[in-house]
Amino acid sequence: MNQLMNPRRTEKIVFFFLLLSTLVVVLPVILVVGIIVVRGSSVLSWEFLTALPRMGMKAGGIFPAIFGTFCLVVGTVVFALPVGIFSAIYLSEYSKRGRLTRLIELAIVNLAGVPSVVYGLFGLGFFVVFLNFGASILAGSLTLAVMSLPVIITASREALQAVPKSFREVSYSLGATKWQTIRHAVLPHALPGILTGTILSLSRAAGETAPILFTVAAFYLPKLPKSVFDQAMALPYHLYVLSTQVPNVKLELQYGTALVLVALAVLMNIVGIVIRSYFRTKKQW
Amino acid sequence: MVEGKIEIRGLNFYYGTFQALQDVTLRIREREITAIIGPSGCGKSTLLRCLNRMNDLIKGARIEGSVKIDGEDIYGSSVDLIRLRKKVGMVFQRPNPFPISIFDNIAYGPAIHHLASKQALPDIVERSLRAVGLWDELKDRLSGSALMLSGEQQQRLCIARLIAVEPEILLMDEPCSALDPVATAKIEKLMLELKCRYTIVIVTHNMQQAARVSDWAAYLYLGKLIEFGETKMLFTTPKKRETEDYITGRFG
Ligand SMILES: Nc1ncnc2c1ncn2[C@@H]1O[C@H](COP(=O)(O)OP(=O)(O)OP(=O)(O)O)[C@@H](O)[C@H]1O
Ligand SMILES: [Mg+2]
Repeated sequence: MNQLMNPRRTEKIVFFFLLLSTLVVVLPVILVVGIIVVRGSSVLSWEFLTALPRMGMKAGGIFPAIFGTFCLVVGTVVFALPVGIFSAIYLSEYSKRGRLTRLIELAIVNLAGVPSVVYGLFGLGFFVVFLNFGASILAGSLTLAVMSLPVIITASREALQAVPKSFREVSYSLGATKWQTIRHAVLPHALPGILTGTILSLSRAAGETAPILFTVAAFYLPKLPKSVFDQAMALPYHLYVLSTQVPNVKLELQYGTALVLVALAVLMNIVGIVIRSYFRTKKQW
Repeated sequence: MVEGKIEIRGLNFYYGTFQALQDVTLRIREREITAIIGPSGCGKSTLLRCLNRMNDLIKGARIEGSVKIDGEDIYGSSVDLIRLRKKVGMVFQRPNPFPISIFDNIAYGPAIHHLASKQALPDIVERSLRAVGLWDELKDRLSGSALMLSGEQQQRLCIARLIAVEPEILLMDEPCSALDPVATAKIEKLMLELKCRYTIVIVTHNMQQAARVSDWAAYLYLGKLIEFGETKMLFTTPKKRETEDYITGRFG
């Protein structure tokens, strides 16, 4: 009995199960990425990345989709980042801790869990139809921005609240106003966290299909958009179209598109991680 | 009788329902060092923070009585908090420089108060660092992080950061409690140098420190001012039994 309860043995068993669970989590990711890379890399070429699609998307490149997704990401940042930061500042620094604030916070937390297709329908109803933007980059960016806001606000609030209280105290004690304190003693130290949260939520937005389905995405549009009021192709939707809507597409083309999309998401995540670790080595409070 | 730089009259302070200060009346004289001593939790920090209204930030805090600085009631309705805090600066218990460069730490206050143009900032930084005796040590690494400095240097830097906004009164809340004896001695020396230009109020747990640096001493116990007088008198011939017990270590 004593032998059985040997702590070293327990240690080994626990270690084994922890490792196993981790592998169960990691394995599918490795498989997905691995398969996509193996099967998709053969079509990857300069032409694939920079040319327009031809022959009903059965040949040519995916440049319009890459460009469209790029526009959507930029548009999302432009709309979501300022609003996200400002509302986070309001909620964490200015608002009185009342019932209304708590209600707003609760709403934000719940909004983060709303399925993306619901945002898509909202975007259709509000931006496309009601505000009459039509299916356009503008409407799509705004829809993605609305979808990203809860995450950006939550990340920003956490980053703001992680700034030590002593920074604020010192600033006030030197005679700074509230806004000066936030602007100069709090925000600069919260920015890395805010940016990281934003980039991670953007990488999710870039890969979403449902929110852009009705608001911007073009089925087949072998030219680039000229203004924010134009429709555009986008990578996730293009992938969906290739896989389900167009008969007899070479499988490699689908995997190649998936590879570009995954690479984009990975790239954005890496940027987020690099920013975070860069600032983490610098900060020492 | 001459008015003090700071006149505290009948000050009551409440955290919610808890009364932290009871009827404190105290005169703090210009360009002298006044020490506030007393056991932990007796309200020293609270009293100090009443003088630059840092307690305003605490929810549910309430104050009665009056605090006058240069004859002006700082709790009056027309008081400009920003001007008040510029005039009455504070050094905290733990050195708390911002995690930015030495230069930017000192430039923080002047920039906020628009005291100087960008071109004049280096002058202010130099003057402030000289005033705390850090200039020679640091003049070549002003762009380095303030967090790389030793605890004593950080505390000096915090004092320099304060001096840069040209205050008249320095409030110091146990400024040496995170420092070793050698560093403490240096900061004490600095305080004596600064005395000729600033009115200093220091909270300390260290009886010898109060005896060494202060001209006046106030003994606070459970929110009440037990005794206040010249440091020499208070430490050699205290009038109250409680004070004597505390300073001779027979307390508690
Ligand atoms: N923010 C607060 N809310 C409620 N009570 C408080 C608050 N700050 C201090 N107190 C209480 O007020 C009393 C006085 O606190 P204060 O910090 O002024 O004491 P102190 O003499 O500075 O003590 P120390 O020597 O430990 O720093 C204590 O009983 C403390 O618990
Ligand atoms: Mg204290």
